[in-house]
Amino acid sequence: MEGLMEGLREGFVRIELVYLGLGYLLILLLLVLVRLKKLGKGWEITLASLRMTVQLIAVGFVLTYVFSWQKLWITVLIFLVMEGFAIYTVFGRVKKKIFPALRLVIALSMAAGTTGALAYFLFVIVRVQPWYDPRYFIPVAGMIIGNSMNGIVIGVERLSSGMRSQLERLEGALMLGASTREAARPFVKEAFSAGIMPIVNNMMGMGIVFLPGMMTGQILSGIAPMEAIKYQIAIMLGIAGSVAVSVFLVTEFGHRRFFNRDSQVRPEVTALRS
Amino acid sequence: MSTEGARGGDPGARAFVLTGVRYRDILDIDHLELDSCRISAIVGPSGGGKTTLLRCLNRLTSPDAGEILFRGEPIETLDPVELRRRVVMLAQLPVIFPDNLEENLLIGCRLSERPLPEPEAMTAMLQRVGLDKPLDADTARLSGGEKQRLALARVMLMDPEILLLDEPSASLDGETEEQVFALITDFCRERCRTLVLVTHSEAEFSGYYDTLVRIRAGRVENVRQREAG
Repeated sequence: MEGLMEGLREGFVRIELVYLGLGYLLILLLLVLVRLKKLGKGWEITLASLRMTVQLIAVGFVLTYVFSWQKLWITVLIFLVMEGFAIYTVFGRVKKKIFPALRLVIALSMAAGTTGALAYFLFVIVRVQPWYDPRYFIPVAGMIIGNSMNGIVIGVERLSSGMRSQLERLEGALMLGASTREAARPFVKEAFSAGIMPIVNNMMGMGIVFLPGMMTGQILSGIAPMEAIKYQIAIMLGIAGSVAVSVFLVTEFGHRRFFNRDSQVRPEVTALRS
Repeated sequence: MSTEGARGGDPGARAFVLTGVRYRDILDIDHLELDSCRISAIVGPSGGGKTTLLRCLNRLTSPDAGEILFRGEPIETLDPVELRRRVVMLAQLPVIFPDNLEENLLIGCRLSERPLPEPEAMTAMLQRVGLDKPLDADTARLSGGEKQRLALARVMLMDPEILLLDEPSASLDGETEEQVFALITDFCRERCRTLVLVTHSEAEFSGYYDTLVRIRAGRVENVRQREAG
């Protein structure tokens, strides 16, 4: 009760641990329903809810320390770990469709797009002081990196599958004397379009179809809706910029990796065709 | 403009000279010469390396060993894209874009950065290949044979020094095949162009070639020359 009053004084409702524990009854409900349906996923659901709890508590401790330290090198280190993990995830998700030459392009596109957009967001739009304040830097970097990662995965997958499935068209253009850039142009265009569509659709439905998580969180924590909306708009612009740059770079420079120095389609591309 | 050899290389030299050309276990050519201004037919059983030979001449495939001279110059010393603009290849399965005839005719010149032909020239070329359709007709309704003729019209409008055609009559019936052979060879002879054509229809093409190269299991089995006349 004391916690609730304290929270209300701060402008938001604190959740008592006891009541939070009651929330797990909903997981019990899920387990009962799964058992009734004889899905046999009881252990998986239990593990998932345990992992969610432990992971979030661990992140909570980490963020508490990081926020209190406010050290440049810690913020940068966390950013690098996030970038590395995102790049590693991209490699894993498009493993069957890329070859080593494309990996460097993916990593550099990811780094350039996200760093550029994050810098613009922090220095030009929000102008937070100091710029490495982890309270702003880390959540925003997470959203920007996550969205760019999805855009790159879709862009690379589309580029790769387009060039492989329509190899005759690609080589047909080369036979006529097209440069590799011209021959690949339709595939690059389609891959870029596919990569940016999720964020475009996201912006279309925002506020009507759904309320974004960050904004909802800010409103729940007592921030005035218009202030939360300003942040949400700013972050969406930052995400859109990051996705656009990352997907542009990965498709524009990535398509070159499908050809060798003799302007021929690389054997790895034709070998991956199946 | 475009008399043969005018865009570089020695115009007096042979179009291609291949020496010791090997590619995996597909091609193994000790020596082969293909003359300028001549019609060469490449014949032989399926899987014998005919298409791979054309791809090597277009530099879409690089041999593992050996030397290919194009007008006296080693092919690997030339810019591949520039070479392909002079030595244009048409694959057996023609690439037709889901658009109208005009766009499909223009794409060859666009991709190779040539001046675009006038509509009258395109209509005349369509008639020449026996496609009596308007330029704005959709390609979706074309038959396999019509697509092949459209692709032929496209490369002829480009008017390259050397044409490499892979089975250009594969989707055509006997009568149309004869017409297409006559059309392509007339086109090349009147402009003194070099034509290298892969075909299964050796008998049907017998009245048109100057040089017949028979390839079996990647090797040149024999070369028969017919005096120009």
